[in-house]
Amino acid sequence: MGFEVLLKGNNMIRLLTGLAVSLKISFVSVAISIVLGVALGILMTLKNPVITVVSRIYLEIVRIMPQMVLLFIVYFGTTKALGINLEAETAAVIVFSFWGTAEMADLVRGALLSIPAIQYESSISLGLNKLQTYIYVIIPQIIRRMIPLSINLITRMIKTTSLVMMIGIVEVLKVGQQIIEANRKASPTAAFGVFLVIFLLYFAACWPISMLSRYLEKKWET
Amino acid sequence: MKKNSLKRILATTLTLALGAVALTGCGSASAKEGAAEQTSEASAAQEQSDSKVYRTLDEIKESGEINIGVFSDKNPFGYVDENGEYQGYDVYFANKLGEDLGVKINFVSTEAASRVEYLETGKVDIVLANFTVTEERAEKVDFALPYMNVALGVVSPEGKVIKDLSEVKADEQVIVISGTTAETYLEKNYPDIKLQKFDTYATAKTSFENGTGVAWANDNTEVIAYAIENKGYVVGIPSLGSQDTIAPAVSKGNSTLLEWINSEIESLGKENFFHADYEATLIETYGKDYEETLVVEGGKVSDGAAAEASSEDSEEASTAATSEAAEAATEASSAK
Repeated sequence: MGFEVLLKGNNMIRLLTGLAVSLKISFVSVAISIVLGVALGILMTLKNPVITVVSRIYLEIVRIMPQMVLLFIVYFGTTKALGINLEAETAAVIVFSFWGTAEMADLVRGALLSIPAIQYESSISLGLNKLQTYIYVIIPQIIRRMIPLSINLITRMIKTTSLVMMIGIVEVLKVGQQIIEANRKASPTAAFGVFLVIFLLYFAACWPISMLSRYLEKKWET
Repeated sequence: MKKNSLKRILATTLTLALGAVALTGCGSASAKEGAAEQTSEASAAQEQSDSKVYRTLDEIKESGEINIGVFSDKNPFGYVDENGEYQGYDVYFANKLGEDLGVKINFVSTEAASRVEYLETGKVDIVLANFTVTEERAEKVDFALPYMNVALGVVSPEGKVIKDLSEVKADEQVIVISGTTAETYLEKNYPDIKLQKFDTYATAKTSFENGTGVAWANDNTEVIAYAIENKGYVVGIPSLGSQDTIAPAVSKGNSTLLEWINSEIESLGKENFFHADYEATLIETYGKDYEETLVVEGGKVSDGAAAEASSEDSEEASTAATSEAAEAATEASSAK
């Protein structure tokens, strides 16, 4: 089956170190994306024509450009065009934040627009000011609406980190390929076992996040 | 035009994002290297961005570290063993270079598609990732003297070995993988042979084993390894067509490093270093028979390898390839 290659030497530790690299990049990016995404999402609902056009272009770029191209542009392009020598991991965090911010902003915008105007009007008629309206009425609803979608985004970001191998970062999938290839002769069927273990590792990383989202959804339901 | 505006937008967003990274204190990646060092590095790079991206031999020696791009999943050329150590034919040579330079080696795991980019941006000093010398690549990077041969090979079943492509009958088919040099070569030089094309290695292999084709043409390192790993198959033609070479590559114009590598390869030739390298790393996969076919010692493509090539034009091609590399090297040094 191929599990035996994982017991050789430090292979299992290497795989876990690779997973740590993937998670580090994705969590840093997710944190940045949430902060910037919420800010941008709110800006987008202001209906300022400049912000609308700029954010529209930004969103389209993120949608159209494959993450791989973005990685190459940021990692190699900045050095070529601007002479800035970025660390591979910094470049990865920039690309994933660039992507995450756009999607997060769109989610925030969508959630904000989904709140009917009557809620704002009712709040004002109840004597709440603008800030209070947001804090007590709007934001709690937005958060609840956004949780399932953002969890989806976060897990997608974790899984997509496997692309960073293209800029020389050795993450969990790359370690897996290295292990399979190093044992090509000794255990030709190692691929199955190694990929199965990688699947379980990704699952172990993403499952708690889904559980957390389910818990929060329930908790904030009322 | 479009590209330019795209770049500008990207640059702005990048700056914003970078600022954000710094603000949130999440520059974890840069923290490793020391933020101060990175900024000084960045500004230094900015100053020189127009003149050069690479580090000269002296700069590398001074820093005490060299960045070498290798494959991390191409057994037996460059791979990582179970203890996390880089191993293989390319790595064995890389280790020797580091030892003789007296610097620590920092191996960078590269992919086939990003090897040129790494050199163009100076993110690695040398690429030793089974880099085949081609004309297109020589325009972007500088190749040193070769240390390995690569050519096409043809494998066929033991019962009916194809020793020459003229033995292929009109109703028989040869298997190739689309987009490989084997496909281009056969289409150009043997237009009468019917080809069966497959997109992936795995499908080509399965069809070949099921006998849909009389032979399978691919890189000779691939077919040789295949014949050794699978009983009942023989490499009838170990070296066919344009004989290409594999050589170390450095950033375009990095003449000091290039010259040092070249002289190193020449002096290593005197102690038969690459034969020792072959015996340490490749012999398990390829056996003793292919040592002379694959190894290039002292940067000279040996007559032994060329003589084994089935046709004369392959010999010409091999010398052409090396002289091209040499030409590129002299061009670069004169341009400096």
